Parts: sequence; C-alpha cells; structure tokens
Amino acid sequence: MGNLLEHMGVEKDRIHFSWISSAEATKFVDVVKEISDKVRALGPNTKLKKIYS
Amino acid sequence: MDTYTKKIREIAKDLLASQKVDRVIGFEMGTIPMAARPVSIESENDAEKLVFNSLCAMNLANYIRKPKGTIAVIAKGCDSRNMVNHVVEHQVDRENLVIIGVPCHGMVDKSQLALEVEGEITAYDEEGQTLKITTAQGELTFEKQDFLKDNCRLCQHRNPVIHDYMAGDPVTEQELEDPFADVNEIEAMSQEAKSTLFEDLTKNCIRCYACRNACPLCFCPTCFVDESSPQWVGKSQNKTDVDTFHFLRAFHCAGRCTDCGACVEACPMDIDVRKFTRKLIKDSYEMFGWEAGLDISKRPPLDTFNPADPDDFIM
Ligand code: SF4
Ligand code: SF4
Repeated sequence: MGNLLEHMGVEKDRIHFSWISSAEATKFVDVVKEISDKVRALGPNTKLKKIYS
Repeated sequence: MDTYTKKIREIAKDLLASQKVDRVIGFEMGTIPMAARPVSIESENDAEKLVFNSLCAMNLANYIRKPKGTIAVIAKGCDSRNMVNHVVEHQVDRENLVIIGVPCHGMVDKSQLALEVEGEITAYDEEGQTLKITTAQGELTFEKQDFLKDNCRLCQHRNPVIHDYMAGDPVTEQELEDPFADVNEIEAMSQEAKSTLFEDLTKNCIRCYACRNACPLCFCPTCFVDESSPQWVGKSQNKTDVDTFHFLRAFHCAGRCTDCGACVEACPMDIDVRKFTRKLIKDSYEMFGWEAGLDISKRPPLDTFNPADPDDFIM
C-alpha cells in the first residue's frame, strides 16, 4: 500500500506501519516520535488533500 | 469464417444440445461496426450468434459468479486466470463451469486504430493478422501487430491456464526482456513527476465506475465508493476524491489483477487505469513471487501469511 502511494507521488516517509502491543508503551512513544520527526522534516502534505471551498 | 468462431459455435451447440450446460456466455457482434459484446445464449439455435475476434477484449469472467445451473464460458488467457481467481475466492464452483479456452493472439486497441482513419468506420473485418477497416473513403488494411492493446503486448499467458475445451492449438507465449519496463520508468521519476503523472492521468475521469464494473475482481455486494454510512470517499468530482477512488480501487486488486485490461477497455474517457494496477502486479511478483490466477490450489498472497513474507516496512 505504501509502495503504491509512493508510486503515485506521495512521500514514502508519510506512511508508516508498526506492530505495537498494548504493553509496549515505550515502543509506542519511540514510534510516534520517529514518525513526527520524519513528517515534520517533510513539511505540510500537499498530496491527496481535500480542500473545501 | 474464423476458425476459432467456427469451433466455438460447434462446442457451444454440442454443449447446449446435450444439456451439459444451461447457458453459454460468449461474444456476439455489437450493433455498431467494430464492436463485440458479451452475450448469454440458452438455445443451441443461438450458437450462430457467437463470434471471436480481436475485439473481444472484455473479460467474461465478470459474468460467471454465482451462476444458476451450469455455464460454459469463453476464456482467453487472462480471462481464464480471473476464472481461477473466482474459484479460489468461492465465487463459482469449478464443477458448474465449463471453460472453452481460446489461445489468444492479442486484442486490438480500438482507440489507436480509430486515430489512424479519417471519418467514421462503417465496417470492420479481420483475416488472420490483418485488419480491414471500411470508411467512406474506402477500405484500409492494417497489421494487427501494430495495434495491439498495451496489456496484450506485455502478456505472457496467452494460453488459457484452465480449460475443458480448446477452440484452437496453443499459441507460443511471448518472451519479454523486461516485463515491467513501464513500471520501472515511472519508479525512476522524481516524486513531483510521479505526482503530476497520476494527477493528469485521472483528470478526465467522470467517475462512471465503468472500470470497476468491467473488472471481474470487483464483486463486493456494496462497493466502498457506493457506501454512504460510513462514507469512505467523497462522491464529488473533487480531484482528491477521484484520486482516492482510483488508489483504493487499484489496491483492492493487489495480488489479484491479471492485467486483462477490461478496465481500460471499458473506460469512456480512455484513461489508462492500468498505470495503478501494473505497479501492484510488479510488487506482487517481486515481493511474493506471485502472478495472479495461475494456480487453482493457492490463495493470493494478501490473503495468506507466510513467515517469509517481507516485513521490512514495519517499524
Ligand atoms: S471508467 Fe474511466 S471515467 Fe469511468 S470511473 Fe473509471 S477511469 Fe473514471
Ligand atoms: S483491474 Fe483491470 S486489468 Fe486488473 S483484473 Fe480488473 S479489469 Fe483486469
């Protein structure tokens, strides 16, 4: 799915998949941090974004 | 008369007369020149309606789900793979299906051909690999090889993978140096170029859903685009809604698409929606060594778990 989105021009770093158990609080924090950093580095999304006017 | 047509009529007549099947699904000529359309016949007298030529690009696997009684159906290589999909996905029992296989020489890209002639086409005929087109200006001949549909050029399974009867001798399969050259070309583009390519691709889409309706893979009782509660995707002509539709339609075909090209054939706006599914075909092949519809005993890769499945995308 990520591959097809990337193929269509959506940056790969915007789509993330992880497997986190409810007992893995620290992993959850780490993953959220990593995702936030990657997405922040890319800046605001412009692809597949619905603009209401 | 074409030998395939002759043989198909013979087989159909025999199957109906001996009551081995309740109906035969095949092609007949359409009401306008250069068009063939699906037809279902129940009487042996109607077998004369059946034809097979390079215009039979629609996929008849679309008409065999949950049949009443036993049906016979005409299958090109790609169609037969969709029939395998159907059996695997429990849409039809193999026992209720009589497959009349047609070794395929490829289908004609009608839009390309129409560009070559001036004015309206009034008649169409073909003889072997030569196409004869009649317009007000007179008769023109073309080589079929020059007007093959894109998916037929890339096809490596022209012979039906399952069949009960055959309408001709097997054809030689094409050997392609790089079966995914088209996908690689897009992959090599920049993020922006890819984005522009796909935005342009769907800009004329009128959301008629002909592509979805023509596809044998799309058989959910309620399609996600038609659902209103919850509404998964907006129903307007908004570009993001259009692109979301295309992205999701394609993804639902991942690991199942046989590249039959029925979606493209059906599109009134000549949109090459295979641009989406081709990427999924390549990924299925590279990640799972999988080509859809070749093996009636195997479930598709997105439907099964194998410890060896690639998982490097999971954080
Ligand atoms: S058939 Fe063509 S115009 Fe209709 S929804 Fe599909 S891509 Fe759009
Ligand atoms: S998505 Fe298009 S090419 Fe793929 S199986 Fe459906 S109709 Fe055929």
